[in-house]
Amino acid sequence: MTVTTPKFPTPNPLFPKRQQVVTREDWLMRILLGLGTLWLLVGVVLPLFPMIGRSFFDPNGNWIGLANYVKYLTTPSLVSAFFNSFFIGAMSMMIAVGLAFLYAYALTRTQMPGKLAFRVLGMLPLYIPPLAHAIGLIYLFGNKGLVTTGFLGVFPKWDIGLYGPVGIIIGEVLYCFPQALVIMITALSLTDARLYEAAEVLGSTPLKTFFTVTLPSVKYGLISALFVCFTLAFTDFGVPKVVGGNFNVLATDIYKQVIGQQNFSMGATVSVFLLVPTVIAFVVDRIIQRRQTALVSAKAVPLQPKSHPPLDWLMFGFCALVAGFTIAVLLVIIFASLVKVWPYDLTLGFKNYDFSTVGGGGYRAFWNSIRMSFYTAIVGTVAVFMGAYLVEKGRGMKWLRSANYFLSTLPLALPGLVLGLSYVFFFNNKIWWIPFTKIAIYNPFNGIYGTMAILVLCNVIHFYTVCFLTANTALKQIDPEFEAVSASMRVPFYKTFWRVTVPLSLPAILEIGIYYFVNAMITISAIVFLYPPSLPLAAVAIVNMDDAGDIAAAAAMSTLVVLTSIGVRILYWLFTRGLQQRSQAWLQR
Amino acid sequence: MNPSEQPALAVTSLQPATTPSRQTSAYGVVDGLAEPEPYLRIEDINKSFGNFVALKNIFLNVYPGEFVCLLGPSGCGKTTLLRIIAGLEEQTSGRVIQGGKNVSNLPPAQRDFGIVFQSYALFPNLTATQNVAYGLQNAKRPRAEIDRRVAELLETVGLTGMGQKYPSQMSGGQQQRVALARALALSPGLLLLDEPLSALDAQVRVKLRTEIASLQKRLGITTVMVTHDQAEALAMADRIVVMDKGYIAQVGAPRAVYQHPRNPFVANFIGVMNFLQGVVVAPDQVRCGNLVLLTPNNQAAVNQPVRIAIRPEDIRVLSVAEAQTHSQNVISAEVQSMEYMGTGYLVTCAPDGNAKDQITIDLSTFESGALGLEPGSTLRLYLPPDQVQVFAAE
Amino acid sequence: MFAIKTMSIRLAHKPRFLSALSKRWKTFTSLFLSSFAIVLLVTACVADPSQVQNASPGASTAAGGSADSITVYTALEDDQIKEYLASFQAKYPDIKVNIVRDSTGVITAKLLAEKDNPQADVVWGTAASSLLVADQQGMLEPYAPAGLDKVSEKLRDDRNPPHWVGIDAWMSAFCVNTAELKEKNLPMPKSWADLTKPEYKNQIVMSNPASSGTGFLSVSAMLQMKGEQDGWKYLDGLHQNVAQYMHSGSRPCKAAGAGEYPIGISFDYRAVKQKNDGEPIEPVFPTEGSGWDIEANALVKKTTIKPAAKTFLDWAISEDVSKKYAENFAVTAIKTDVPIPKGYPADPLKQLAKNDFNWAASNRDRILEEWTKRYDTKSAPKEG
Repeated sequence: MTVTTPKFPTPNPLFPKRQQVVTREDWLMRILLGLGTLWLLVGVVLPLFPMIGRSFFDPNGNWIGLANYVKYLTTPSLVSAFFNSFFIGAMSMMIAVGLAFLYAYALTRTQMPGKLAFRVLGMLPLYIPPLAHAIGLIYLFGNKGLVTTGFLGVFPKWDIGLYGPVGIIIGEVLYCFPQALVIMITALSLTDARLYEAAEVLGSTPLKTFFTVTLPSVKYGLISALFVCFTLAFTDFGVPKVVGGNFNVLATDIYKQVIGQQNFSMGATVSVFLLVPTVIAFVVDRIIQRRQTALVSAKAVPLQPKSHPPLDWLMFGFCALVAGFTIAVLLVIIFASLVKVWPYDLTLGFKNYDFSTVGGGGYRAFWNSIRMSFYTAIVGTVAVFMGAYLVEKGRGMKWLRSANYFLSTLPLALPGLVLGLSYVFFFNNKIWWIPFTKIAIYNPFNGIYGTMAILVLCNVIHFYTVCFLTANTALKQIDPEFEAVSASMRVPFYKTFWRVTVPLSLPAILEIGIYYFVNAMITISAIVFLYPPSLPLAAVAIVNMDDAGDIAAAAAMSTLVVLTSIGVRILYWLFTRGLQQRSQAWLQR
Repeated sequence: MNPSEQPALAVTSLQPATTPSRQTSAYGVVDGLAEPEPYLRIEDINKSFGNFVALKNIFLNVYPGEFVCLLGPSGCGKTTLLRIIAGLEEQTSGRVIQGGKNVSNLPPAQRDFGIVFQSYALFPNLTATQNVAYGLQNAKRPRAEIDRRVAELLETVGLTGMGQKYPSQMSGGQQQRVALARALALSPGLLLLDEPLSALDAQVRVKLRTEIASLQKRLGITTVMVTHDQAEALAMADRIVVMDKGYIAQVGAPRAVYQHPRNPFVANFIGVMNFLQGVVVAPDQVRCGNLVLLTPNNQAAVNQPVRIAIRPEDIRVLSVAEAQTHSQNVISAEVQSMEYMGTGYLVTCAPDGNAKDQITIDLSTFESGALGLEPGSTLRLYLPPDQVQVFAAE
Repeated sequence: MFAIKTMSIRLAHKPRFLSALSKRWKTFTSLFLSSFAIVLLVTACVADPSQVQNASPGASTAAGGSADSITVYTALEDDQIKEYLASFQAKYPDIKVNIVRDSTGVITAKLLAEKDNPQADVVWGTAASSLLVADQQGMLEPYAPAGLDKVSEKLRDDRNPPHWVGIDAWMSAFCVNTAELKEKNLPMPKSWADLTKPEYKNQIVMSNPASSGTGFLSVSAMLQMKGEQDGWKYLDGLHQNVAQYMHSGSRPCKAAGAGEYPIGISFDYRAVKQKNDGEPIEPVFPTEGSGWDIEANALVKKTTIKPAAKTFLDWAISEDVSKKYAENFAVTAIKTDVPIPKGYPADPLKQLAKNDFNWAASNRDRILEEWTKRYDTKSAPKEG
């Protein structure tokens, strides 16, 4: 009766496992997920094979096993480049994270005046290509730089010996600083005020509190920042290209091997040396982050920093120095771009903005870059958000979703140069040989080589991870039961996606779009090997102008790129403000 | 499980038949000759996540118009069971039959239910009206019909005139009502409530639970609700399904479950229960320490170690005079602590000659005043034999 | 700010994929294999690669769109290109020319890298010694452009039809910043030998021969003039004074013009042009003679050769544009009535050192390797 004991217990052999009816909706989701995974495979994993494979061949395509590696390890200049890169990575990492920690500490833990302005200024370098930083440094610290010549003779001269490790490290610190700052601000804002109250009640000294409460609570953020900065500085190409002088690093070596010496096989070999430490850093960081348990419970009380005038003003001074330096670099780029002949004729004008007598493609390159960034923003945002949605909100197919998640985080471990070179090997082949067989197949993707499409694809993949994680987090914050509720009302998932999920995620979606736009605008490493002749690009034009020695024109192009990025960011800010006001009704919480 | 108890339980389980919306007599259940056709049948559902067994051999019938509560501590599998009923989770084996149709393998969209979650899961970018109309619009109903139906639903849940508000502009209770209206919009055959009240303040919770229960009776919709709050289950349900570690521990009407818990787990989970260690000395006698108690409800064999159980409110404190008249089942105990509860005292005392166990009793302020109780006082406690239950010792 | 959110995610997120991966490794692998299989199925499976190449003529959309659009690789200077191309555009307004300009080394590298799927239709004004390398790989299509008979025999491939045809010759020259020289109180260098004097320590920049054609011709000239052994000895001495090896041929001159370094080892046109533009630059042609190379054109071998490409090559040695070449260079392949530009030595042909292109091309790899080993290595610790 009510408590029904089975009178004839049947083990139900007709229904073993996995029995749920698969609907058309499920199929749609599966196909989308399958396509999403396939496209990541093609975009991320498959190109790596020909790249790594190439390192076992000589330039004429003969199999030579490890000979390239042996040659690499026995060529002192190449080996020294590896250690140089390591040195640059380590130094830039320590300086950038140290500065970022103090800066973030000042922003989150003191009552220093002007916090909002400092927060915005601290992020400023995000919108400046690292290459442009280096150009700014030339005008500040180069042999004819403002500082070196004592502001053209007004002050005592100060030569810091820019060309070489000093210049590279300053440039990389500028590049890494905002990235580390972002992580440190987040980590420092997440601490529970009650821990500090407890420490105070227990009579702990400020120093002891710092080591027992502050540091442990930001440990994971700190580690993450260290790894991010190391990877950025280790793999960056722009800064050492411009101010490296004769100080060889891996990234410029790849460029030299590929572009200068026509040796793609060696380029691939050096790429492997660049790739391996990066992947190790990525994996180690991920393993460490896994251990992170939620230190901050939902009930955590946000810390209200107390006013402490000496500390506040000390921090103000520090932040003013750091922010002042970043502004100085930007201003000197703009200034130099307006000067007629540095340093002999300082009359201002727009002569350098006439790009017709310098290489790189001029305004055509600039418009191409805008076009490419725009397409990247559109395609990337759609791909990332759909991918993240299927991974986070999909039903069933758990293994496929895990695989997709893994593939989505992988691009973070791939340096742009490696990705770009991989794309050259993978896409610029009409046929693929399957290794160790006599079978060759058509490359169905060959058609996109040398078109805007491959540039957009490369950019979308290059910056995929950060965008994916942004989308993933935004989606995690959306009630997981929305899909269940919709199903109970027999509304298909795509309708709810469109009507509820997308509107709710709009801020994140727009952030992703902006991130894609800005990064596509300023990136060089991934596309320097890929851009077709018919499509010159602004960031690459900066490299070419610098190569040809047209530094002033490079500064002018940098100015255009930076102003565009910042302009787009401001437009976005105005737009979201309007959006927020309109949808305030449901956004207020 | 003790098969001999089943008839008694079956009788108490007829409580739902009193639902006004149904003609009880038509089923002819009262005399036990015929059984009503269950609206929802859960047959031998098993569910495991990897090595963890979440549900084991679950059988349950839910009758038309009945309000069933799945009650248990967290991790007992109650929510998993609800999600399997909804098709949101796939069972490892077993069947779910709803309205005579095997829905075991159907995705949620092809089943027939409305659901309310603990989080309400209201779409924050849609107004109350849009939320309620969400499923109706998708079903391509005419505009006028949708408007009428939404107005009707909002009225039903007492939110007339609030339709243009966004969820964030409403109180928790109001949001819960919108969620309820939305769940009812497509007139589903089954209403599933997943801890619908646990996110609310205590006062709102009590008010809403009465409202939901009466609404359910008024609409006559078959309802399954998950809760971990025994008071809620006792107040709202026609029948309670107590679950523990993936098993059904007991099914029955609230009173039956409360008064006749099948095992110590149920006894302890619902209400407060005093336990005393003992050994069966005769078919209807258990010795606890140096005292022999009459236990007519005993099923255990002689010499078996047992635990006897009694609710605090069933224990009577005897005056000195009364103590003379009772020769059996009187325990003398020393007051150890008294906890003031507002309406009275929760008194904890240690029975003489039994150091291991403690007894808790409820006393009104008046009673305890009259007895002049304070820690250290001695009390004479009468354990009415009918109220004493005997469970096998663990 | 955007990044704040992003990074908080990085932190807050517990990477479950690693565990998921280890658990799901098998399924992941099978997914990988099966998707690979899908690709295999989607694409036709063929055993003979030559068939593949023949089967898809013109399948490449990469080479730059319609027949009226050609891609031209060139190592000419940016400021020259605009000037030269004007007459082509006036004459053939319907042909769209995509110019890819880069250093000689880069252009050569691109050509070789794209061997299987050439992107360029035409190479224009690129070092003959580099084109020889591409030719050795069979990448050039012999073509006799209209007006070939007027081209000086020394400045073209001697086969018929020629694989490459020169337009002018350029030579190494020093760009000396007179203002900086005065400020640093340094004498004006006159010869290659002067450059190894200790007072010029860290005052000289030159282009890296691995990436720059100009750099290569200077190194190659030294080795040919002095013989290999003494040539390397000289370069060792020069290396002591070189502050930086730069990517392109023109950059040392521009660095000198901007005062970054007083002396840049560059080439004739750049030095003359910057002087004429009013920069404090004095072109110096070394007394021992200058290394030199030919800027040459060639047709790229590919499945579809566009008529426009040939039109371009015909135009590239036409009288009109040759006059323009002559305004910039002292030695041109086609004789014109344009006088030798101001700033060049009166008899430019005399200034040219002995140069064997075939020797340079066939030893290019070896020279660069030796150079890299000697100077790329030593230069690093010198800074650090």
